[in-house]
Amino acid sequence: MTSSGQSSRKLFEHELEERLDQLLFASPSHRSITRLATGLEPLSRARQDLVLHWAGVTAQTCAEIGHLIVSLAPKALDLLDADDFEAWVLAALDSYDRQGLRPAMESLRNLEAFATERSGAPFARLAEVEGRLTRFVQGLSGRPLAVRAGNAAWTDTDTIFLPELLAAMPDAEGNRRLYKAMAAHLWAQTRYGTFSADLDAALDRWPDRQRALAWLTLLEAVRLDSRIGAELPGLAAEMAELRGPWPEVLVPAVARLAAATATVRDSLDLVAEFVAAGGVPPRLTFAGTLDPAAARLVRAERIARETKVLRNALAALKSSGGRKQGGEPLLELVPTDEGGPAEFRVDGEVVTLPPEAQAAAQSLVQDLGELPPEVLTPAGPGGWAPTDRIDNTPEQISDRAADWRYDEWDYHRSAYRKGWCHVYEMQVAPGDADYVSEVSTRYRLLINQIRRRFEAVRGEDRVLGRQPEGEEIDLDAQVDAHIDRRSGIEPSPRLFCRRIRNERSMAAMFMVDMSGSTKGWVNDAERESLIMLCEAIEALGDDYAIYGFSGWTRTRCDIYRIKAFGDRYDETVRRRIAGIEAKDYTRMGVAIRHLTRLLAAQPVRHKLLVTLSDGRPDDFGDEYRGAYGIEDTRRALQEARRQGIRSYCVTIDRSGADYLKHMYGPAAYSVLDDVGKLPLKLADIYRRLTAN
Amino acid sequence: MDMLSPQLASIAEEPYYQAVGEEVGLFEAAAARRLPVLLKGPTGCGKTRFVEYMAWKLRRPLVTVACHDDLTTADLLGRYLIVGNETVWMDGPLTAAVRAGAICYLDEIVEARKDTTVVIHPLADSRRVLTVDKRGELLPAPDDFMLVISYNPGYQSILKEIKPSTRQRFVAMEFDYPAPELETQIVAAEGGVDLELAGKLVKLGELTRNLKGQGLDEGASTRLLVHAAQIVSAGRTPTEAANAAVARALTDDPDMTETLNDLVRAVF
Repeated sequence: MTSSGQSSRKLFEHELEERLDQLLFASPSHRSITRLATGLEPLSRARQDLVLHWAGVTAQTCAEIGHLIVSLAPKALDLLDADDFEAWVLAALDSYDRQGLRPAMESLRNLEAFATERSGAPFARLAEVEGRLTRFVQGLSGRPLAVRAGNAAWTDTDTIFLPELLAAMPDAEGNRRLYKAMAAHLWAQTRYGTFSADLDAALDRWPDRQRALAWLTLLEAVRLDSRIGAELPGLAAEMAELRGPWPEVLVPAVARLAAATATVRDSLDLVAEFVAAGGVPPRLTFAGTLDPAAARLVRAERIARETKVLRNALAALKSSGGRKQGGEPLLELVPTDEGGPAEFRVDGEVVTLPPEAQAAAQSLVQDLGELPPEVLTPAGPGGWAPTDRIDNTPEQISDRAADWRYDEWDYHRSAYRKGWCHVYEMQVAPGDADYVSEVSTRYRLLINQIRRRFEAVRGEDRVLGRQPEGEEIDLDAQVDAHIDRRSGIEPSPRLFCRRIRNERSMAAMFMVDMSGSTKGWVNDAERESLIMLCEAIEALGDDYAIYGFSGWTRTRCDIYRIKAFGDRYDETVRRRIAGIEAKDYTRMGVAIRHLTRLLAAQPVRHKLLVTLSDGRPDDFGDEYRGAYGIEDTRRALQEARRQGIRSYCVTIDRSGADYLKHMYGPAAYSVLDDVGKLPLKLADIYRRLTAN
Repeated sequence: MDMLSPQLASIAEEPYYQAVGEEVGLFEAAAARRLPVLLKGPTGCGKTRFVEYMAWKLRRPLVTVACHDDLTTADLLGRYLIVGNETVWMDGPLTAAVRAGAICYLDEIVEARKDTTVVIHPLADSRRVLTVDKRGELLPAPDDFMLVISYNPGYQSILKEIKPSTRQRFVAMEFDYPAPELETQIVAAEGGVDLELAGKLVKLGELTRNLKGQGLDEGASTRLLVHAAQIVSAGRTPTEAANAAVARALTDDPDMTETLNDLVRAVF
């Protein structure tokens, strides 16, 4: 943990000042450094080192955080031990990664609350329950509803926001249950039509809008409670236990809103009565707040999006499904039970919607209560396109949400940065159609040789003789048995032969560096070696995939699909290989994580990840270059190994030997000093790794 | 040389089956025109029960083969056995079904080896013959013989796909979990519980199906819900039954188990 010298004496003020100056290089003023150093001087050497270490680590992320940590450190160390101190810093960094500087600073200043929590006090943190709540809500709603930290409990109908920390209940378990009740309540708002009326317009009727909104929130809580009770009695009971009996003022409303037919309009009618009666709205534990404007926006956007998806699907069905020639086919929606999948009929015949359109229809039913007629008008001519993702050009890429997000390992913190890297799956622009055939012709002899070697490895069926059962009689065994019987010996009952398949059950993933540094001969060598590899593996019959990676900072990690598992090695794939070109930077960890995930999903026994790169990991900006990138890559390889994936790294780098051993520690690797060897070498490595 | 062929009996009692759509009529039409049938659908949605019901209804014996990745042609066609000093031919299930004019049901056909599935090809087109090469026998199928295969398209694995040359011989029928009301009736009838509890179990099934692809490969099948109902009718509490028969049957993942337990608690 310590980064200082051998001496264990306390550091004096001027020494501390010097160190802090180095660590907090971007500090605002020299005077504050002196003040910080004065604060640290009375601490023991171990504590001084601890503070300096974390100041250095955090300052690399954000100097201001480092600064604040040092200034709060004396007080923090009064309240926290070394482990808790570390946890306090990491929590702040985590909220910096997720939400930015201000929440991070707040999280640090919230020192007392943190200390009470660490000492086993009855808090619950959203981070602990986030995954569980997300899955729970997904189960309830059947459409994605994200759970995120926010400053209050509310929902915009796409995301449920919950406070980062809950302490309203006397114990931690109670607070976790409170989280669940809050999430369930907010889910119910989206499910049972709280936002189906124009709440903004309705609320504007009252001069004291805030108070009207508070009443509406409460009355909706009453209404939704009975809706939940009808469908999910267990959950309703749990929620009732948390909130206790309804406040006296609300009791008359309970009976009126309990009917299954009650809607948000009934709640609005009651708001008028409650506002007229005066009185202060009581507080309810999990009711949260409403933000009608935000919800309306998100909801309208989603409805528009899903209407489009559904209409496109219907258009596709219409063009393929109609029996009658000419004339408009008759489209009908046959309502099924609430929440159930909608059934569509084209000319009276039941048709099944593609899953995306099914989901869109279900989501629309949840938003609108039913599918309105305009939704059922098919879009104009055109194919079925659930999203227009394919049409996206790289320039627009940042406009769309990331396809995946991955954690990244920060070795300074010894912790992951959550959801740090944004991964986009991209298409490779097809390259020269003749390239592959040219290369194949040039290396014809070599390819033949590789193929022959590979064919020798190929799994063949074997026939096992002298088996107790099997599909055929083993004549040798039968003759022996006959002889045995004649000579009075008891014959063996193992008279059959059985055919067993020597299955290789192998999937290989090739990860190709498409960073800018591969431009030129490395890129040529990569493409050539991939062609030979494909020829060879085709002979073997293993399933394999090829993906390229490149990127520009953590928010744009691009993964290029060249050949997915199950794709055939056909003209399209060949042209994509030809189209591999040098792009931007090398953020390796996230690429390994993403491809590991794809590989792990393959239903085979042996999984192999082969990375092909031209040197050390690197990304735009200073951060990923150097130790950070090396440690992250190492970590990603470790994660892969834990998932049962064998990794092999091939590097073209004459000078790289110093860090390679460490970085590829969890994997096996080889270093090529001559790019020209790559084509032959790669196929050979594969054969060796997969020979049985 | 002797020959052994198993005796096939028809199904005596009517199996419980609740029709979901037009499947009964379609199947009867295919049977009348001697066409083979392919059933697709997720696990536990009633494919096997449907075939049993149809076999009863058409009064034909039923031979069911659960396919697995080591299923050889001999396992279907039959093999020579050695009894004393003699070799005796023993009919496999497919051969026996052809001889008896039965319905032969190959369950989860995609699990079988690719070379095995090819033996059904001549049976599944207008030739309707079975070639038993080891005996040099060309066995024409009687009118009553019917071939039915099933598979689950939910396993989206390229290794578990059915070859076009195989699938294009069949009349295909799609199965899915029944609509909530119908499923409630099925769970109540099969599980021996009242409609209210059955309704809750079906609700739970729906919630788990919402998690398909979000950590679960498949949601709870009708079969699992029936199992849970049966456990309740044998005297356990609904929560216990749902945890054992649904939650733990669906996943080993601790996080997912926790979520499923949450859903079970929410429903009961």
